[in-house]
Amino acid sequence: MLSKRIIPCLDVRAGRTTKGVKFKGNVDIGDPVEMARHYYEAGADELVFYDITASHEGRGIMLEVVRKVAEEIFIPFSVGGGLNSVADMREVLLAGAEKVSVNTGAVQDPGIIEQGACAFGSQCVVLGMDALFVGKSDRTPSGYEVVTHGGRRHTGMDALAWAKRAEALGAGEICLNSIDADGTQDGYEITLTRMISTNVNIPVIASGGAGKPEHLHEVLTDGAADAALIASMVHFGGYSIRDLKDFLHARDVKVRMTW
Amino acid sequence: MIAIIDYEAGNLASVRRALRFLGHPSTITSEADEIRAADRVVFPGVGAAGEAMRQLRESGLGDVVRDVIAAGTPFLGICLGYQVLFEHSDENDVDCLSVFPGRVVRFPDDLHDAKGRGPLKVPEMGWNEVRFKGDHPLWNEVPEGSEFYFVHSFYPSPKDDVVCATTTYGIEYACGVTQKNVVAFQFHPEKSGRPGLRLLKNFCEWVPGKTD
Repeated sequence: MLSKRIIPCLDVRAGRTTKGVKFKGNVDIGDPVEMARHYYEAGADELVFYDITASHEGRGIMLEVVRKVAEEIFIPFSVGGGLNSVADMREVLLAGAEKVSVNTGAVQDPGIIEQGACAFGSQCVVLGMDALFVGKSDRTPSGYEVVTHGGRRHTGMDALAWAKRAEALGAGEICLNSIDADGTQDGYEITLTRMISTNVNIPVIASGGAGKPEHLHEVLTDGAADAALIASMVHFGGYSIRDLKDFLHARDVKVRMTW
Repeated sequence: MIAIIDYEAGNLASVRRALRFLGHPSTITSEADEIRAADRVVFPGVGAAGEAMRQLRESGLGDVVRDVIAAGTPFLGICLGYQVLFEHSDENDVDCLSVFPGRVVRFPDDLHDAKGRGPLKVPEMGWNEVRFKGDHPLWNEVPEGSEFYFVHSFYPSPKDDVVCATTTYGIEYACGVTQKNVVAFQFHPEKSGRPGLRLLKNFCEWVPGKTD
């Protein structure tokens, strides 16, 4: 039986891990390579890196981070942020990432999912998706709309329809971020996560809203998520990955307990 | 020197990085002479069986694989490099290398876990517990209950006498086989943290035929 995965997420800007904190903007929280090593040794099942620099120069620095991480971290990790072509994806995979995550680039050109899956295999291609609750309408029968640019830009696309289409195009996994829950630490968006996860046949990583161990338990059971993304909870020292896994294990959620 | 066979099937560099981390230099190569002369051979691979077999046939590397196995060189197959060692794969309906008898089949669509929840998603992607059978130098200091990283939709059904590891994903299936100088796994030891690295280290030190 598969274990549910616990996946720390590192936002990287100009070679440093940052985290958006309310009223403070982006705060520097450390060297991504050191943090990756720490989480690897602490029992993370996978890692996610987002390049939030979004500039040509930043890409070079990010690739250097990826190369260093790949030399000493022997669990899968994915890299996303500003990947708009198969050439962008290839660069990141050659640097040592196991998977690439496409988000805005796939909204603008869904064909890159298919091209990426053909070139590297579906297991390499993660669809990153930001979803916002907008209520059910003809345009959004699921009640959720796909948004980009941190929720500022609407796409008019229904979240569930987009998830199914991405799966058909060859995405191997979906990282589903709730814009409503993101940054609140009040819990994952369970309704959204369950709807997407039970309607596709590829794994879904829940993202946005984790603040307490109970939130992970909820999204991995009621939310039917295959994995849970975490950030602030572990970055700011409140919880260790061992704490979270002990909590889940004690409540009969299968997690990897030896590493 | 350890040769990692390059037949244009996926991320071979991750195996090399793991071996380098363990202090074992290796080379990624498609040169038949270099592979035949290697002390050990790793046969990884990610992708589809049809394309992999086409590459192996056209390049002649399929014959090289059979040669080094027959010559007694310690040999490690990983993921697709495990599946194509069997007789036939249902993925692309293709004949494979026939090092081991058996057929590679797809997970059924209606799998359920031990608690009756399902249907399970295909591919199986993530960490799963591996049960190793019997004594083998490769299991040395790999803790019981260790989990390994899997990504696959197909699995082989070998004869019992070569199965050395099993796991459960709706059904129990063989995720490892061994015979003489050959050992091969469905999961990715190079992506499976410390237990995976330990397995690779044990392979690098393995002297087939010697019981420890």
